[in-house]
Amino acid sequence: MSKDFEIVIGLEVHAELKTQTKIFCACSTAFGAEPNTQTCPVCAGFPGMLPVLNELVVELAIKTGLALHSEIPELCKFDRKNYFYPDSPKAYQISQFDLPVCVGGYLDIDVNGQKKRVGITRAHMEEDAGKLVHQGDITTTPFSLVDLNRCGVPLLEIVSEPDMRSAQEARAYLEKLRSMLLFAGVSDCKMQEGSLRCDANVSIRPCGQKEYGTRTEIKNLNSFRALERAIEYEANRQKEALEDGEIIVQETRTWDEEKQLTRSMRSKEEAHDYRYFPEPDLPPLKISREWVDKIRGQMPEMPDQAQSRLVEEYGLPEYDAGLLTLTPENLSFFDQCLKEYPDAKTVSNWMMGELGRLLNQNNLEIDECNIKPSHLVQMLKAIEDGSISGKMAKAIFEEMFISGKSPALIIKEKGLVQISDEGTLLPVIEDIVKANPRVVEDYKNGKDKALGFFIGQIMKFTRGQANPALVNKLLKECLDRQ
Amino acid sequence: MELFELTLHELQERLARREITSEEIVKSIFTRINRVEAKVKAFITLTEESALQKAREIDTGGKYSGIAGIPLGLKDIFCTRGVKTTCGSRILENFVPAYESTASRRLHEQQGVLAGKLNMDEFAMGSSTENSAFFATHNPWDLTRVPGGSSGGSAAAVAADEVPFALGTDTGGSIRQPASYCGVVGMKPTYGRVSRWGVIAFASSLDQVGVFSKDVRDNALVMNIIAGHDPLDSTSAAIEVPDYTSNLDGDVKGLRIAYPREYFGPGIDSAITQSIKKALLKYEEMGAVVEEVSLPHSEYALPAYYLVAPAEASANLARFDGVRYGYRDFEAENVVSMFSQTRAQGFGDEVKRRIMLGTYALSSGYYDAYYLKALKVRRLIANDFAKVFSDFDMIVSPTTPTVAFKLGEQAGDPLTLYMNDILTVPINMAGLPGMSIPCGFEQGLPIGMQLIGKAFDEATLYKAAYAFEQNTEYHTMKPDLGVK
Repeated sequence: MSKDFEIVIGLEVHAELKTQTKIFCACSTAFGAEPNTQTCPVCAGFPGMLPVLNELVVELAIKTGLALHSEIPELCKFDRKNYFYPDSPKAYQISQFDLPVCVGGYLDIDVNGQKKRVGITRAHMEEDAGKLVHQGDITTTPFSLVDLNRCGVPLLEIVSEPDMRSAQEARAYLEKLRSMLLFAGVSDCKMQEGSLRCDANVSIRPCGQKEYGTRTEIKNLNSFRALERAIEYEANRQKEALEDGEIIVQETRTWDEEKQLTRSMRSKEEAHDYRYFPEPDLPPLKISREWVDKIRGQMPEMPDQAQSRLVEEYGLPEYDAGLLTLTPENLSFFDQCLKEYPDAKTVSNWMMGELGRLLNQNNLEIDECNIKPSHLVQMLKAIEDGSISGKMAKAIFEEMFISGKSPALIIKEKGLVQISDEGTLLPVIEDIVKANPRVVEDYKNGKDKALGFFIGQIMKFTRGQANPALVNKLLKECLDRQ
Repeated sequence: MELFELTLHELQERLARREITSEEIVKSIFTRINRVEAKVKAFITLTEESALQKAREIDTGGKYSGIAGIPLGLKDIFCTRGVKTTCGSRILENFVPAYESTASRRLHEQQGVLAGKLNMDEFAMGSSTENSAFFATHNPWDLTRVPGGSSGGSAAAVAADEVPFALGTDTGGSIRQPASYCGVVGMKPTYGRVSRWGVIAFASSLDQVGVFSKDVRDNALVMNIIAGHDPLDSTSAAIEVPDYTSNLDGDVKGLRIAYPREYFGPGIDSAITQSIKKALLKYEEMGAVVEEVSLPHSEYALPAYYLVAPAEASANLARFDGVRYGYRDFEAENVVSMFSQTRAQGFGDEVKRRIMLGTYALSSGYYDAYYLKALKVRRLIANDFAKVFSDFDMIVSPTTPTVAFKLGEQAGDPLTLYMNDILTVPINMAGLPGMSIPCGFEQGLPIGMQLIGKAFDEATLYKAAYAFEQNTEYHTMKPDLGVK
């Protein structure tokens, strides 16, 4: 974005709440079941069926609200949002319109070391729709099939204020929100399974202008990357349009992942009139202060608290602490290591370095991989007591990642024990030194490379198992004796 | 006396004394149905075989208590497992639910025997049962006249001795008005008293399940079974249900009865006004205190009702889109035309009219002026009643402005038809219990008296209605259908 324009972004995030059963019936919410095996007359919208609110949905919504510093009003209600679509069995969605469960709030983000507070407008409970399955493209398919398994899965829609000013900030917001939802234990937040979905409202305005520009809403953002790219693309598109003297139309656009661009879906004129009205099948919901207090008392540690703890207790840099608190699994891994191995920075380096690299490469989460905290600790201790070198450790770590074996077993199986015995190393060093008199000359003449040559030869001979510090010491002594 | 002529409690007594069997009752009922149904046309579906089978099972078990072994009818709005449930509409012409409504389930659990499903105005929208997609039902007192609606089939079947009792639903008068036209007892209890689960919704904040019967005791007996909290209906009240038969003692001494002047004004047939005034004198004779009161916002109830009810209906009926069940236009070329063609062909005119009214009232830009305003009027109406009930136990009024009108007479005139509900609609808007009992005749056609109670005080209505019945003969009168 050029300096003349400012991007204004607000996000609407749909988080699937982590319940066993749906929001208004007892059907399972499990992902990936055979089509239409998790439905009943209620969630399939049969005549005469009535919704019964799942109490856990409200509890998780309150929990989220508390994490986001929202107000939890004593009274909220459900409303019907009317629209016809084959994946919407009642032809209305039960949602919350003017009295949502959470009002206001904020979350803090950190972009390039800059802290920023992003406002939360509201969060409301609603039911998910089903899924349509087409043969090929929606416009040419001869028929469409309807899968109602997802119908009635509980969602919390979290709406931010238009407080973000760059794609990076939007990404940081979504990442932070995700980690908060994960820490609060309210959602699985799996973007690829759709349990965390995001729409972005994007507008631009000349720097210094107070009024917002006309916004467009971008849908189909299925990853953090897509969010960032789509916002950048859309802001640029709007800027070019304005510079060409066009006006921005308020519309809904979709992100085309393949072509990496946003396309118009429907204009404001084509937008639905949802005809919201109070849901007569559900009485207004009274939320007692006792209930809210009880939930508040059970709130787990949130990412911000955990981050400060890591900085204050272990002296970790903010950056490390931030990464280690991205998910509760990350933090729990770290905390478990620290119980047996007190060097926080070393643990952090390994988690963010080697482990992070391998997880990324294999597209795994920390709790899905073979490395266990106790194994990492075992390995770090082996480095510390000198039985393996740092270089060997990397190879062992990769093997641990692949096979799940303990470092001790790998070291034993591969005979990878570091040679730290002077009696073994000295003859090797002496032989190599004796066999290369010209290099000894070079060394005496002050050529630094000579030392490197000898170390290389020694390591080669010992298959990398020689203790590097000991080799260094013995080699220098030997050369000095020549 | 033939068995089909008896009341529920008379049948109970004979069963208990082992003088008769359930099979005999069911056979008698179906003999009667075979004789008169061609004239009355109350039933959409008859379940003779399963009724006989169940009756025999009950006879074999030999345990007769409550309604065990006694036949009953259900308005075709109650979902019945394995039995076609049409709601009077083409769009559900072949719909067979896989589930049972809570109200009918409670009757089945007490071993009641389903005789069949009863005709109704399509989706309960109407006051004459002429809006049924299948056929019109005829008033047993005069076959050229309507039985009222929307629960016209239920009222006519009870009046014609085709079943001893039946369930109906009442959104703006759909139990009380046909009960009045057919000269039977009809109770619409407090909103929330009976579960709506499995009852096809018209206007969810107004719909309520109730009972048609030949006399007050029967009505109370059935209400005892169907009333009470249902965890499957979040709007059903967790309030204890008294035994409604326990205070049927004829004593109304000191009962404070109000009659609202707005319900006796112009537009109400003078014969009806006279009949209700006579009934009030009777109550005074029996020791009740009768005073005139005012319900000043009454005139706004009907217009407000015709915003709230269609608005809710527009959403409730949106699910009939041809995707999952019911009628579908298979000729449609795409999904949008499938929706519109299915609905254009599946719904009748009155249903379409109300869907359009409701959709309009909820539309952006009109919501505040119509729907929201109507909710405020609703509050004022409820306040009117609350004020009167701070000083009185019961309100009495006519049930309808006229007696039953001729078939086809008002068919082309929805506004006149809507006026039929002018005395019953306010009670739904306030969520209160209302009952219609026979209190006279005008040119051979029954007149109904409406008793209105405090929320969840159906007991007082039953008590007062029973007292009136004990001192009059109207409930014993039967229409002459020209057959034995």
